[in-house]
Amino acid sequence: MSATPTAGPVLPQPVLSRPTTREALRADVAALLADGHRMLLVVAENAPGAVRLGYVLARPDGGPEGPSGAGESRVELTLEVSTDDAWVPTIADLSYPGGRFEREIRDLFGVEPRDHPLPRRLVRHAHWPRAWHPLLGERSAQTDVVPDFGEDLSAFPFLEVGGDGVYEIPVGPVHAGLIEPGHFRFSVVGETIVRMKARLWYVHRGVERLFEGRTPDDGVVLAERISGDTAVGHTLAYALACEEALGLVVPQRDRLVRALLLELERMHNHAADLGMILNDVAFGLANVHLQRVRENLLRLNESVTGHRLLRGGVRVGGADVVALPDVGLVRAAAADVAEVVRLALEHPMVLDRLVATAVLGREDAVRMGVLGYVARASGVDVDARRDHPFVDPAALPGGPPAPAVDSEGDVLARFTVRAREVEASARFVVAATEVLASGGPRASAGPQSAAPRGIARGLGIVEAWRGLLCHRVTVGADGRLARVKVVDPSFMNWPALPVALADTIVPDFPLANKSFNQSYAGNDL
Amino acid sequence: MSGEVAGEVRVVVAVVLQTVVVVVAAPFLVGVLRQVRARWEGRVGQGLLQPWRDLVKLARKEPLQASGSTVVAWVAPVVVLGSGLLLAALVPTVTTAGPARLPADLFVVVSVLLVGTVALGLLGLDAGSAFGGMGSSRHLTIAALVEPTVLLAVYALSVPVGSTALGPIVEGRLADPGRVVAPAGVLAVVALAIAVVAETARIPVDNPSTHLELTMVHEAMVLESSGRDLAAVELGSWLRLSVLLALVANLVVPWGVATAGDGGPGLPALALGVVAVVVKTAASGVVLATAEVFMAKLRLFRVPELLTGSFVLAFLAVTGSYVIG
Repeated sequence: MSATPTAGPVLPQPVLSRPTTREALRADVAALLADGHRMLLVVAENAPGAVRLGYVLARPDGGPEGPSGAGESRVELTLEVSTDDAWVPTIADLSYPGGRFEREIRDLFGVEPRDHPLPRRLVRHAHWPRAWHPLLGERSAQTDVVPDFGEDLSAFPFLEVGGDGVYEIPVGPVHAGLIEPGHFRFSVVGETIVRMKARLWYVHRGVERLFEGRTPDDGVVLAERISGDTAVGHTLAYALACEEALGLVVPQRDRLVRALLLELERMHNHAADLGMILNDVAFGLANVHLQRVRENLLRLNESVTGHRLLRGGVRVGGADVVALPDVGLVRAAAADVAEVVRLALEHPMVLDRLVATAVLGREDAVRMGVLGYVARASGVDVDARRDHPFVDPAALPGGPPAPAVDSEGDVLARFTVRAREVEASARFVVAATEVLASGGPRASAGPQSAAPRGIARGLGIVEAWRGLLCHRVTVGADGRLARVKVVDPSFMNWPALPVALADTIVPDFPLANKSFNQSYAGNDL
Repeated sequence: MSGEVAGEVRVVVAVVLQTVVVVVAAPFLVGVLRQVRARWEGRVGQGLLQPWRDLVKLARKEPLQASGSTVVAWVAPVVVLGSGLLLAALVPTVTTAGPARLPADLFVVVSVLLVGTVALGLLGLDAGSAFGGMGSSRHLTIAALVEPTVLLAVYALSVPVGSTALGPIVEGRLADPGRVVAPAGVLAVVALAIAVVAETARIPVDNPSTHLELTMVHEAMVLESSGRDLAAVELGSWLRLSVLLALVANLVVPWGVATAGDGGPGLPALALGVVAVVVKTAASGVVLATAEVFMAKLRLFRVPELLTGSFVLAFLAVTGSYVIG
């Protein structure tokens, strides 16, 4: 590709916006899904007297999961419904994630998905005041008032399993360890889990609302704090979305720095989680070594951006680092991880715990739209680094980090996929650091901020360490944020956990849960 | 006549001393186990005294009981502690001597062990919480597999001695060291060691340091206990661990234990017995903790396989001791 930073393909791919109607919505969505698109998100935003819905779908360019050669495509179907007559025809039967987004919008905006097969509340907890939709209406002094929350009187609806010897184990929302709140209801026969229902959404902070009224630059600090372990992933998706809305072009060098920060974030999270999976089978010795590696990586992060969790690295329009990472430390960390993983997998007792535990089949994974390492461990080859690039692959030294794919779908597959990703990430960090250190690509600035262009929208897609992560940003005519929709991959992956638990035994649940390790805060905004 | 009385007084003194030594040393043994693990993992560790400090702290605290709990919630801890103390008195750790009217018989010892096990199981069930019930269910499943092994293994050891009392068994090994390495004896001790690991909730059967409620066995049963009650349950459990570990140590390395002799053990013999048992048990604690560091926890459904294996070993030991002698 060309050496000049602004030439080459337009990356990231811009979103094509297409208005639709209630009548045509289902056919349009079905046509896009049939054409290889996946449902990324459904966003609702306030319009005068109406709610504007955007159904965002995207198709990868090539790759085993997409029709090759057709080119990457990002489409937003838009639909406006009056607040007096707020309903849409459901797409839940066409797309499982689509159905969940509809429930989220029903709880937050009051738009009813008509004929939804599972119309239960999702985000809403029973103690919320009746008919209170926290995101409905422009942000004002009134919407910022916290309402009077009542007592949670309604019983939490879950499928009661009948039969001889079936009993229930309620766990949480407050747990013994240092983990986020979530309530799990197990129906168990003996030790075998018949059914598990997870109740999340205990940490609703109104993050999306807090973005509103900020300038795009001020939104960065908020994006960094959506989910602490995914500071780079969220900030980068946010920045990409803002840049599309504002028409900013990011210099090639900054794009490469962003790709590098993304892999550093993947490394420290994977190292810690691999250790904790082993700790859950009481192999503490491996855990302490992996936590040592994680600490070294966090210190390395601090030397790179000045913050252990890599905050401050990505900004709207570019990326800043204090120093490039020490490649020796990166190589050492990757070697240590590989060694501990090898020792653990050679241990028959450890291996016995991981093999065939909590299997998520490929079919279920595809149908539920599962993302990230959970999907790749079940044989679904999705990776936004390749499918939806924000940096010209030719500018990447050695190409983007290769996705690791396994087909077993068990805890072992998720474990080994992540171990292989650490290796790939380390190789990429080393290669990218060498390219950046040798001066190229040059830090020439692209054409900077155009004048405000009225209401403008943008989409950011990033392969964060948990998987494909999107932000969809609307910038108002005053240049301030009017709506930010955040979709952490956890939103897609949480429902797959109960599916994987079928026929798993109760004492293996913590292990299964740890191998998924989805975010509670990223899921509930 | 008076010599007989003096002898009996000496035996009682020896047994009381043995009980006191075990009670004082049990929390230290737990400290050793934790410290050894910490060092293997590259941590500084909490020090040997921490279990004692925890115990003192808990003993000063008022026990709170969950609503719906019954009399079991405060009786069971007492029973667990009581059975632990009784074990400390009965099982030959410092001395093989025992009062004639208090039979340190194999069946008595296993029964006392079982009383504690059942009390702990009832304690877990009492508050009616899901975790407690889950822990009790697992605990009793494991106990049902462990107790026969303990019974059989010790029975195999009793065959060459001709007595089912533990004191003479240990004395017999001391008198005839050849028995320590006899095939049947080795099988029996290995079976017993596996049973002890399961009985005392150590890795690979249970993980004493986990915070994951759903994987717990022992910890799940004591979740609802607090304050003095928790102190009693913990000390009772630690006593079981110490006594059983010391018993295995005495069977493998019988030297140093104070024998009953003619007129009960004398003071020098007792002093030697205390030092010997402390050293032996601490050493076996180091071995146990080290083995744990390099092991993972078994899948719960694999635990019966392990315990069945130990039962088979014990059975072979019994057969072997009749055939080989």
